[in-house]
Amino acid sequence: MGATLKAVTTTEGVAPFAFSEAALAECRAIMARYPEGRTKSALIPILHIAQAGNDGWLSVPAMDAVAALMGIRPIEVYEVASFYSMFNLRPVGRHVLEICRTTPCMLRGGDALIAHAEKRLGIHVGETTKDGLFTLKAVECLGSCGTAPMLQCGAKYHEDLTPEAFDGLIEQLRSTALRSNYTDR
Amino acid sequence: MGRKLLLEHENVPGIAGLEVYRAKGGYRSVEKALRTMSPEAVVEEVKKSGLRGRGGAGFPTGMKWSFLAKPPGVPRYLVVNADESEPGTFKDRYLMERIPHLLIEGMITSSFALGANLAFIYIRGEYFYVSRILERAIDEARAAGWLGRNILGTGYDLEIHVQVGAGAYICGEETALLESLEGKRGNPRIKPPFPAVKGLYECPTVVNNVETIAAVVPIVNDGGEEYAKIGVGRSTGTKLISAGGNIRRPGVYEIELGVSCDEFINSDQWCGGVDGRAFKAVVPGGSSVPIVPYELFLRTAAGEPRLMTYESLSDGGFATGTMLGSGGFYAYNDAQCIVRSTWNHTRFYHHESCGQCSPCREGTGWMEKVLHRLEHGEGRREDIDLLWDIQRRIEGNTICPLGDAAAWPVASAIRHFRDEFEFHVRHPQKVKDPRHFEKEPFVRTPKPAAV
Repeated sequence: MGATLKAVTTTEGVAPFAFSEAALAECRAIMARYPEGRTKSALIPILHIAQAGNDGWLSVPAMDAVAALMGIRPIEVYEVASFYSMFNLRPVGRHVLEICRTTPCMLRGGDALIAHAEKRLGIHVGETTKDGLFTLKAVECLGSCGTAPMLQCGAKYHEDLTPEAFDGLIEQLRSTALRSNYTDR
Repeated sequence: MGRKLLLEHENVPGIAGLEVYRAKGGYRSVEKALRTMSPEAVVEEVKKSGLRGRGGAGFPTGMKWSFLAKPPGVPRYLVVNADESEPGTFKDRYLMERIPHLLIEGMITSSFALGANLAFIYIRGEYFYVSRILERAIDEARAAGWLGRNILGTGYDLEIHVQVGAGAYICGEETALLESLEGKRGNPRIKPPFPAVKGLYECPTVVNNVETIAAVVPIVNDGGEEYAKIGVGRSTGTKLISAGGNIRRPGVYEIELGVSCDEFINSDQWCGGVDGRAFKAVVPGGSSVPIVPYELFLRTAAGEPRLMTYESLSDGGFATGTMLGSGGFYAYNDAQCIVRSTWNHTRFYHHESCGQCSPCREGTGWMEKVLHRLEHGEGRREDIDLLWDIQRRIEGNTICPLGDAAAWPVASAIRHFRDEFEFHVRHPQKVKDPRHFEKEPFVRTPKPAAV
């Protein structure tokens, strides 16, 4: 799947992980959706919940906790977590900015937005700002081609972006204490 | 040519909620099917409608449904494919966001027809916020008695769950989707067995696109024959087209199949023409379908006006035609570079290859490298033939169609725009500026298509 950054595969120096009570209840409700003996279907939804509860990335302790909760082997969790591009296997900033780089966005200035973002944040795609606030990613088609260029941050789509609108978004996120998660309601 | 069956109420305030949706005639198809029709009769109407899968393959839906195995005592499932990841495609997102109950209604009616008591919507993880909209709609429908046990007192039970993915184009392929739904990596399965026999949890399963299932609502309401009156030949009904690229009016449009391509791209009812320059090329059905020069989009090789139908868009085969695909439509103006676009397409497929089959896993990476050097002024003349050779060896040699989907954009770009590739070899300094055609558009030498 073209992973560009190395995963953190050690537990050394990595914070321990435990699900919150609310998260546990949500995970159990998800596991109850499937027919008997088919609860492994809950793995991807539960990995999203674990990631949101672990500063936006899946550490080995977080994945091991998922395996224990679901009663499956850790390798079954690792192999899935490493397949899907929305799972971060190394620490990320408080806000992950995912700019679409695929052809339909490119036709409407996606490349220029990525270049602007790199300059504005002083980092390259794949990197995190020194203050830990922003991680910049270039991602594949987000299904928002008619409102390109655009980016995703957590659960939100930011569309029809100009350089000015991007800068405004950065300022707004700078003053947000909460992490942007995919699972945000 | 402006009848809307799915998006008729797209701009009605509150249409995302059950009350307004119901007031606009929502859930009539459920009442009609469950109270007055047998499951077989619903399947029959879908067959009569001529509805074809709206996710891209265009396979007749009624036929797909009739393949569903029905061994006694074994559950059957309906899985809606809301993975919508084909570049250029954003119609399902629009439909689910605007009118979520239309999908839920279509799922109830379809599940009844198929004898399924549990159904899933598999939605791409990036659309997390849309999954919340769908969950709200499901909760509303359940509270009102449209879902759950003994629906409308008919004894029919159905539960629907929304399942989010986590970023993987390949999960739009139906067997990869089922693997993912089972909590595994999205590796496509070898077929046969087809999902209709062994699908989700090894049980008979129908996987249909969002728009396909939504179309079942008007088909059941008005009858399959009425639906089949719209369109041309085997392209019946309406189709959602998500239009983007260098056009004046990007957006999601519901068209009656059979609108002329010229009208669609140039009329203010739809794309509104080019964004201030001249059109150069069109990808009418998502990144996987062949790219064609603008003039071949407007007219077939025989000079006939081309229509927005499955048949007309593919007229001439791959030599001069393309495909309707998913309806992910995007147009290029003359500032765009076909080599750059092909490199971008190929990088996408390389990134999204699941890695099971070596022709796709290795071939897409190889093509990406070659295209990168061509686009950056480091290409060699023999690279063009090399690309042709690689794509030819990927096509048809993989478990799933991702390999073909990666090969076709490269093949069609070389077939129609070979001189532009050659220009990149001849003028390495000029193409080092990423906007090389912005000031001075590339002038093609028109030639008969022959490769």
